[in-house]
Amino acid sequence: MKAVVACGALALDVRRIARRRGWELKVIPVPALLHNHPERIDTAVTELMEGHDVVALAYGDCGTYGALDRLGFPRLEGDHCYDVFARAEVQLALEEEPGTYFLTDFLARTFEHTVWRELGLDRHPELCEDYFRHYTRVLWLAQRATPATRVAAERAAQRIGRPLVVREVGDAGLERQLEALLDRLG
Amino acid sequence: MTDEEILQLLYDETLVGNAPAVRDGVNEGLEQGLAPERMLYDGLIPSLEEVGARFERGDFFVPEMLIAARAMQGALDILRPLLAETGMAEVGTFLMGTVKGDVHDIGKNLCNIMLEGAGFHVIDLGVNVPPEKFIEQIEEHNPDIVGFSAFLTTTMPMFKANINALEKAGMREKVIVMVGGAPVTQEYADAVGADGYSADASAAVKKAKELLELRREKVPA
Repeated sequence: MKAVVACGALALDVRRIARRRGWELKVIPVPALLHNHPERIDTAVTELMEGHDVVALAYGDCGTYGALDRLGFPRLEGDHCYDVFARAEVQLALEEEPGTYFLTDFLARTFEHTVWRELGLDRHPELCEDYFRHYTRVLWLAQRATPATRVAAERAAQRIGRPLVVREVGDAGLERQLEALLDRLG
Repeated sequence: MTDEEILQLLYDETLVGNAPAVRDGVNEGLEQGLAPERMLYDGLIPSLEEVGARFERGDFFVPEMLIAARAMQGALDILRPLLAETGMAEVGTFLMGTVKGDVHDIGKNLCNIMLEGAGFHVIDLGVNVPPEKFIEQIEEHNPDIVGFSAFLTTTMPMFKANINALEKAGMREKVIVMVGGAPVTQEYADAVGADGYSADASAAVKKAKELLELRREKVPA
């Protein structure tokens, strides 16, 4: 079975889309926490490929600055996971306001451990302004704006102390990109 | 405490980001007549360099670096006026900013602290700085070096835009241009026509001094 190595921040969405579209695709997740150590992503991806018929990477560049591309597999377009859901919206939002902090459903739901704790803010809350002082808003690019995820997004925005803006973008952007990747591979 | 013990304390407590202990150590050093330069060069800066080295090795992460930088900043706040009083010569003036469209400044701020520690007068323009602001501020402050910082691949092209603006304003030859930021490489710096690039804050200080020396050899003051 063809396999896609996916960032943990996207793996559930990739699986859901594959199921919806009837694609026979094995999704191999890579821990999303590597987002905070992008220099380790290419090695982790390479290790997980072993023994699988990997055809593509469900990753943006994700701070690897080309290291993922050098593995020689097609990947999703975009710099980060929020780009792959809604590239045009991200670009527009950054043009409107460079100080935009993005959330996806995954980032909203896991904010406490993928962001807050990883940035050391549980131990050093005094660093909050060092990280976020230039952000003026939190933009949640919602895949499925359930009440629970909305609460999580609101809590994340509150943590940073910035207003929350919600745009429901769904997962069609990711679906289109996956479809294009699989089409290219025949 | 002896002078050596105070210097060791400054080194150790900066390393773990214990800002109150570093401030206390600096004050105690001053009370017993320890020279501000010694505290800076034999305690604080080596410690921050070690923090950088540990970060490179993957032993330290961003939070550890930030708390160490805050501790160093606290010490510098006390020492800055004293260093000026003791007549410590300024190495040069460094105008720094994150380019237009980019609000990331953690790396830039670390560079600022290291540059200041090394004797540069640092003027920080902050983040999301448009080319015209750089030009206006270069005109006003006449810095030796201007530093452009970018964290995003989408904002790196502003390096070239800034350099073009410098050329258009007839300032390119007057100021050394350094660039840096996570996605930046030496090749990219060369491609946009920067004079210097460095991968981290310690290297930025070395590079800045080296470029300044070269410039002064070519154009004696």
